[in-house]
Amino acid sequence: MSTQLAIFTREHYLNVSYGWKSWLFTRDHKRIALLFLMTITFFFFLGGAFATMVRLELMTPQGDLFQAQTYNKLFSMHGIVMIFLFLIPSIPAVLGNFLVPIMIGARDLAFPRLNLLSWYLLVIGGVFTLWAIVAGGVDTGWTFYTPYSSLFSNTNVVLAVIGIFISGFSSILTGLNFIVTIHQMRAPGMTWFRLPLFIWSHYATAIIQVLGTPVVAITLLLVAVERVWRVGIFDPALGGDPILFQHLFWFYSHPAVYIMILPGMGVVSELITTHSHKQIFGYTFVAFSSLAIAIIGFAVWGHHMFVAGQSQYASLMFSILSFLVAIPSAIKVFNWTATLYKGSISYSAPMLYALGFIGLFTIGGLTGLFLATTAVDLHVTDTYFVVAHFHYIMVGGMVMAYLGGIHHWWPKISGKMYPEGWARLAALIVFIGFNLTFFPQFVLGYLGMPRRYYAYADEFQVLNVMSTAGASILAVGYVLPMVYLIWSLRYGESASANPWGATGLEWQIPSPPPTENFEETPIVEEPAYNYESYSRASV
Amino acid sequence: MIGEGFRLFPVQASTFAEKLDRLYLFLVGMSGFFAGLIIILVITFAVIYRRRADRAPEKTRTSLGLELIWTVIPLILVMFIFLWGADLFLDQSIPPQGAEDVYVVGKQWMWKAQHSNGRREINELHVPVGRAVKITATSQDVIHSFYIPAFRVKQDAVPGQYRTMWFQATKAGEYHLFCAEYCGTDHSKMIGRIIAMEDTAYQNWLGGYTEETPVQAGEKLFVQFDCANCHESGRRQRCPNLGGLYGTTVALAGGGTALFDEAYIRESILDPKAKIAAGYEPVMPTFRGQVTEEQMLALIAYIKSLSPNVAATSTEGARRPQSSVPGKKE
Repeated sequence: MSTQLAIFTREHYLNVSYGWKSWLFTRDHKRIALLFLMTITFFFFLGGAFATMVRLELMTPQGDLFQAQTYNKLFSMHGIVMIFLFLIPSIPAVLGNFLVPIMIGARDLAFPRLNLLSWYLLVIGGVFTLWAIVAGGVDTGWTFYTPYSSLFSNTNVVLAVIGIFISGFSSILTGLNFIVTIHQMRAPGMTWFRLPLFIWSHYATAIIQVLGTPVVAITLLLVAVERVWRVGIFDPALGGDPILFQHLFWFYSHPAVYIMILPGMGVVSELITTHSHKQIFGYTFVAFSSLAIAIIGFAVWGHHMFVAGQSQYASLMFSILSFLVAIPSAIKVFNWTATLYKGSISYSAPMLYALGFIGLFTIGGLTGLFLATTAVDLHVTDTYFVVAHFHYIMVGGMVMAYLGGIHHWWPKISGKMYPEGWARLAALIVFIGFNLTFFPQFVLGYLGMPRRYYAYADEFQVLNVMSTAGASILAVGYVLPMVYLIWSLRYGESASANPWGATGLEWQIPSPPPTENFEETPIVEEPAYNYESYSRASV
Repeated sequence: MIGEGFRLFPVQASTFAEKLDRLYLFLVGMSGFFAGLIIILVITFAVIYRRRADRAPEKTRTSLGLELIWTVIPLILVMFIFLWGADLFLDQSIPPQGAEDVYVVGKQWMWKAQHSNGRREINELHVPVGRAVKITATSQDVIHSFYIPAFRVKQDAVPGQYRTMWFQATKAGEYHLFCAEYCGTDHSKMIGRIIAMEDTAYQNWLGGYTEETPVQAGEKLFVQFDCANCHESGRRQRCPNLGGLYGTTVALAGGGTALFDEAYIRESILDPKAKIAAGYEPVMPTFRGQVTEEQMLALIAYIKSLSPNVAATSTEGARRPQSSVPGKKE
């Protein structure tokens, strides 16, 4: 009771000041994290609405619900919104922003103003993308392949490209801020090998954000230049090379896949350890596998182009490198599984998401091996097999980790507990809905159904209906947390400082934290996830 | 096969499909094993070690041995898969000698094909069973992809480039032809039929056709575009004679060599100054914008058909620089 009263009276980052100015001009990393949370939640449901319309059209083999070009715009905008405005900012900009300084014992990120700027850039980029949508949409797919995007499409390509260009700088600034913060602002005693694995994976992500994003920014700008001024860069009719675009695009966009999964891996390492009260198995292997993924990930982009007309020897090199990048991911999965052994496993909602992540990410990763195999890729590339594979990674992996993380740190962020029963139910619904939506798509892909088809052959209908049915279940699973998390802000139980009995620094400060995070700079004297001494102390 | 009902595994109708499906099923088995292993372990641990008030978690021990086992075993497995895949892939990237030649041009939103005897088809392609067919594909607008799921083969048709693929059908029947690379509004309508026929039936189908062959069409174009004026004239030998050059390596002005193939012929017509044969002046004008993709294919077919003998009768021989003689390099 006394703690509950204390929350009403105690000053923390949420009640320290009120009014829109205190949010729009804030430099507190925690408030900026919430600004990002609200922004990307909007884009998640927008992208989800496009996905819903895509799945509804695909209930029947004929194109009947929409015009062909409308359908093409729907899947394009689904991809653009989900990737550039939800998945890339998701965990880094929300959970990373909130937690990176706290986990290393710092009062804020190294560049608080730059952090705020990075939110404004995402909003401005988002506004341009919305403008492109409202003006009639874009029909190039999120991949913007030339010369279709540069000279043939008559939709709002330039607006969409400007939107992505600007939001890319948001990502670069976030990455830069994390790198400097992690190098310079660790508390005394917080050595590199005492860092939580969440920090390692964000560090690896930040490297990709800083090195990769400028390339896609320039590439998309070149598309706009060719489109507006007809300068021959990618279109052979003007003397350009369309394959050059694919090289430049995938040089970023394949590593971008790791921007979309590495932070999720960091979250899962935290969830598994906390909710089984167990030190991570093989800390250094999990930590270095993040860096290995970030580095090797820069040398595998050509596996998107096995049938595009690159030399077959280049294809073989990209194939072997793609197999190599699978190894660090496998190492992580084995280490997480081994961590569970002889732990004290709680069935809380964050843990259910984390266990779901392991299963779905494993399937996503193993099917990646099919696509890395040159000969198999000849058949399955550009089919629903690819669609299923990357949704297993990005939705089965990243979105599961994101939701798990939001639940896990919700008490810290909001000071309130979410309703556990509802949260477990939602996790179960998401897991079932996800598998029903995307597993049939592997079968469809090997049968030969190409992706981005608005009408399809009759024999593919049964599997498509299954997929659409799954998507409707999935939608319920995504709306539910939004409802009960908002409900909990008002009606939820107040959260204690450390509801999970966890070891990280973020759990040693009150929920919600004060603006300056730590009254005194903490001094770190033990490794991460030191649950042995913890359980001895508390029992 | 077209018109068949619901199924879980595609029809297997080419030699490559048989080989590829073996690799695919191996991958499915291996993935099933590892996914099953992980899922069973996770569920087992989650049940046995569920949180209980009377039991504290045990200390985590590290094990270098285990780390090495689950690094090295997957590494060996994926290298094995890589080699298996690479073997099939290289096999598939080189069309066999004597394959039936078919040229394909993709455009928004149809496939145009032409057989070696000149017979044309749109959104349909007749192929013989039991003989290799080599497809040379290009596009006249955006990137398309020529995809036959029953044969497990696919090749992007890229504007400005020639890309080849081949297959050998094993079963007569009608199969789907899809465009697999998103190409605009009616991408999903850019579909057609592959009709695989027994060889005799195929020869009958092909033989009923009497219009001009690509070689004949190309010969006319060769005169029409005034190529013959320089390239075949015995008197004004300003340009290399093209007889017998196809498939050979030619020396270039300023050093280096180039393979005289479809791509080289195409480039020399559209951008003649890009790779000039050694010993000649850059006097040829560009034909960019004047030659359609189909005319280009006819010209290439004609130039490929020219034999060295023709060259010998129409030139003074002595003035031909050594460097462009097939097989000789400086």
